Amino acid sequence: MPTTSASKVLKLLQKDILLEVRQQYALYGILLYVASTIFVLYMTIGRPDAAVWNGLFWMIQLFICVNAVAKSFLQDSRGRMLYFYLIAGPVDFILSKLLYNLLLMLVMSVCSLALFALMLGYPAEKGLLFMGIVCLGGLSLSLVFTLLAAIASKAQQQAALLAILGFPLIIPQILLLVRLSRFAFGEVFREGAIWKATGLLLGLDGMIVLLSVILFPFLWKD
Amino acid sequence: MRQQWWKIVSVMLLLYTFTAGFLTPVPHLGNLAESIRNFYFHVPMWSAMMTLLTVSVVYAVLFLYKPSSRYDIISNAFAQTGILFSLLGLITGMIWATFSWGQPWSNDPKQLGTAIGILIYLAYGVLRNSITDLDKKARVSAVYNIFAYCILIPTLYILPRMTESLHPGGLGDKGNPGLGGDNLDPIMAKVFFPAMLGWTLLGVWISTLVVRYITLKEKQLSA
Repeated sequence: MPTTSASKVLKLLQKDILLEVRQQYALYGILLYVASTIFVLYMTIGRPDAAVWNGLFWMIQLFICVNAVAKSFLQDSRGRMLYFYLIAGPVDFILSKLLYNLLLMLVMSVCSLALFALMLGYPAEKGLLFMGIVCLGGLSLSLVFTLLAAIASKAQQQAALLAILGFPLIIPQILLLVRLSRFAFGEVFREGAIWKATGLLLGLDGMIVLLSVILFPFLWKD
Repeated sequence: MRQQWWKIVSVMLLLYTFTAGFLTPVPHLGNLAESIRNFYFHVPMWSAMMTLLTVSVVYAVLFLYKPSSRYDIISNAFAQTGILFSLLGLITGMIWATFSWGQPWSNDPKQLGTAIGILIYLAYGVLRNSITDLDKKARVSAVYNIFAYCILIPTLYILPRMTESLHPGGLGDKGNPGLGGDNLDPIMAKVFFPAMLGWTLLGVWISTLVVRYITLKEKQLSA
């Protein structure tokens, strides 16, 4: 077994990815969820204007995130958790989960962006910039929901609980992301406003990683 | 009696707020007119709410540091009273807004911030009720309490300053949003700061009663 913390995190991450590759039904399940949600949206609304597109896009990202991240603490049984507890610390464990969910959410964000562009149109004037914002959004959403999934996994009725716990907490990030997207859609902002919003978003992300590392050890033991 | 003096202070301050608040002269600013007196009731609700939520999170930290059911009860009780005061603040604000902004709800960033706060702490209640094991309930809800508080602070104190707001202190408006911008009338200040303290003490008083009620109920259950 690896000894340093970084190699433990990587090993745990490797395990999660390997599990995902071997049990493909879960991954395909989320991908299908993404595709069918966006398809239903297309059937009901067609090609909306930029403001509506923006709002819908981030709402769908939110639902995808809840569904993709929710299972990250459910697939490990009690016995297996005990085993991880023996070979790695809680900090290594939560870091590996954060990284894993981040990668998963990045993949899902890119997929849903492609589907949105295909079906509902792509109103972004600064196309590449918007892709960057989408990746930043995937990162922010996955970080918040990882610790919340760990909290919800301790209670009953997890899926509904995760949404109740998470939606009010994600509002500041969603608001900042919507504002950044409006910039990519060609809206003019005051000078510096965009950097301020980006900085605030990254600051929030950093704070959430820090809080996850500090708080997870208390959730870990049963 | 020695430990009860602050309750008397609270009552005296509130009596002073209700008499001086309605009798002293106030500046007439545009369409605010006499409704500016609501300043003595609406704003202190927020100072009371923030105090209660902060006490709640402090006891959540204390619980994680040194688990004890008493800390958990205090943390829960203060969060509950915090919701009460945020509702009171919202209602007093909506009554005020009906007269000075023309409608009770106008999607002002501060109103949205309050709505977010209420949702967060209601979710805290749901989380507590969905866990049956007492120790686990206390631990998990303490973790959520700390996490939520850390996100709530930027939501309430940074985001509203970045957008235009009907409240004072929004984007392009100097001064502290909570204290009526830069210029607090000197006579109003003499009523306003005692009112802040009075309402906050009342909030703490109610919370201590809730703590006693929960403790008694748990004693009955375990007996």
